[in-house]
Amino acid sequence: MATQTLNRATSGTGTSPAIRQPRKKMTAGRIAAVVVAAAIAALWLVPFAWATVTAFKTETDAAAPKVSWIPPSGFTADAFAKVFQDGNIPLWTWNSLYTSAAITAVTLVISSLVAYALSRIDFKGKKVLMTVIIASIIVPPPVLIIPLFYQMLALHMIDTSWAIILPQVIHPAMVFVLKKFFDQIPRELEEAAVVDGASRMRIFTQIILPLSRPILAAVAIFVFIGAWNNFLWPFIATNDASLLTLPVGLQTIKSAYGIQYAQNMASALLAALPLILVFLFFQRQIIKGVATTGLAGT
Amino acid sequence: MSSSLTARRSSGSQSSSPATRRRPGSLTRSNISGWGFATPFLVFFLVFLVWPVLYGVYMSLTGKSLTGANDSMIGFANYAEAFADADMWRSLGNTLYFTVISTVPLVLVALAMAALLNVGLPAQWLWRLSYFAPYLLASTVVSLFFTWMYNPQLGLINDSLSKIGIPKVAWLNDPNVAMWAIVIATLWWTVGFNFLLYLAAMQNIPHQHYEAASLDGAGAWRQLFSITLPQLGPTTVMIVLLQVLASLKIFDQVYQMTAGGPGGSTRPVVQYIFETGFTGYRLGYSAAISYIFFGLIVLVSVMQFVITRRRSV
Repeated sequence: MATQTLNRATSGTGTSPAIRQPRKKMTAGRIAAVVVAAAIAALWLVPFAWATVTAFKTETDAAAPKVSWIPPSGFTADAFAKVFQDGNIPLWTWNSLYTSAAITAVTLVISSLVAYALSRIDFKGKKVLMTVIIASIIVPPPVLIIPLFYQMLALHMIDTSWAIILPQVIHPAMVFVLKKFFDQIPRELEEAAVVDGASRMRIFTQIILPLSRPILAAVAIFVFIGAWNNFLWPFIATNDASLLTLPVGLQTIKSAYGIQYAQNMASALLAALPLILVFLFFQRQIIKGVATTGLAGT
Repeated sequence: MSSSLTARRSSGSQSSSPATRRRPGSLTRSNISGWGFATPFLVFFLVFLVWPVLYGVYMSLTGKSLTGANDSMIGFANYAEAFADADMWRSLGNTLYFTVISTVPLVLVALAMAALLNVGLPAQWLWRLSYFAPYLLASTVVSLFFTWMYNPQLGLINDSLSKIGIPKVAWLNDPNVAMWAIVIATLWWTVGFNFLLYLAAMQNIPHQHYEAASLDGAGAWRQLFSITLPQLGPTTVMIVLLQVLASLKIFDQVYQMTAGGPGGSTRPVVQYIFETGFTGYRLGYSAAISYIFFGLIVLVSVMQFVITRRRSV
């Protein structure tokens, strides 16, 4: 269809004046695009900005019926100090960090191993295995919460980090992202190693994995962000205040602080900070990672 | 296939004896190594995915409860009860309503954002950062931000609206508005993800298309409608599919911002599952509702699969 309309456009206009005209149009269009893009960006930054301003107010100013961007009693970091005094945010950040790191590490190891088998090894039952893994992509996590909770109860894992970590390491869609990437690595690279009598495991660790760094990074980013922000399962799996992850911990803050708006916003910002900082440093990799794994599904 | 191929090739370049010696045992050996490589994943897969899925089916056929009252098989009684349960239908309806009214803006706004950037704006990183950054937030952070902005008396949104003469809206407390308030928060939160997918797809469109078009005098708008959008067909189908499946699982924001209220007007089916199981202690009944929800997800996936296949043929 694209070519059809293109052809029609071709037949309609002469070529010589057209070369200059579109450049002019592009600049006018570009200015309009910048204006609109900036307007959307400004709108998109408002929640951050408003949260920041609120967090640096006194509680009295934050709860004042007159909305102000510049508070009458000036800016203060009191809310942050109070939040740190309670001592929960650093603990929850640490909980989120190590559980998400463990989930990411285990996911990478087990997914790349099975993906290598699916890509390179010819074994009995491979087709069935592949079909079952593909089919499992469709299972929505909320369906699992009831049986998984019961199972964790039986395994005495409720209220341990294991309950948070173990069920989150299965990412069938990521297995396929990895398999697809492995499929594209030329087999010739492995042949020399095969001739030398290298084992499968050696070929995998010495040849395949080093060549797969970009996709491993992409999968790691995708899994880590998902685990860091996951709410439903950690919320169910833990009650112990010392085990809560950041998203779950914040939910308890809301009821604990009630109408302490400045403290609410300070906590929210502190919770948002780590990933935003990471994003500022690794923007290119994260964007590429999300774009390559994103269409594979969650 | 791979092992026999490498064996044959190596026999060509090297002496033939190791290759022929390898052959007979190679199928069992690759069986062992194949399943060996698959085992770590399979263990987790079987224990934490396959088993719960199957066990959930069993639970849904029992009267299991957290109080341990009744463990016996009761056949399809839970399903019969669910199908007659007005609250279940209402929560399913809320989920579907949210899915419809959220998917449209989440796809269209993402497309508009990507199309804007694709014109070749300066400072790409700045736009990408501001559109995508909210996606990195946990749902609880988003809910805290928006609950505060939606505050009817002290909130920024009502204050801004009153400046242009619009009366106060009880965003999260008005049953007619609450779901839309959640859609707005969700749009802000996750549109950046779809935006990145669109942007990546646009950047994959060969440059020659645009060069040819601008030689022919097609302006930016013309190029958008005659080159970019038609090329994005398959991407759009995928994004809509992923978005519908994601929206059907709505729980976090609603639970955190309205707790399903006011008067159950925003309670999605996942929250109903959660409450039946963990506040009502009725695990069996809750499992049955889970599988009705699962059925809906499967139905939607199959429908979309059929549509995509027909399109791509």
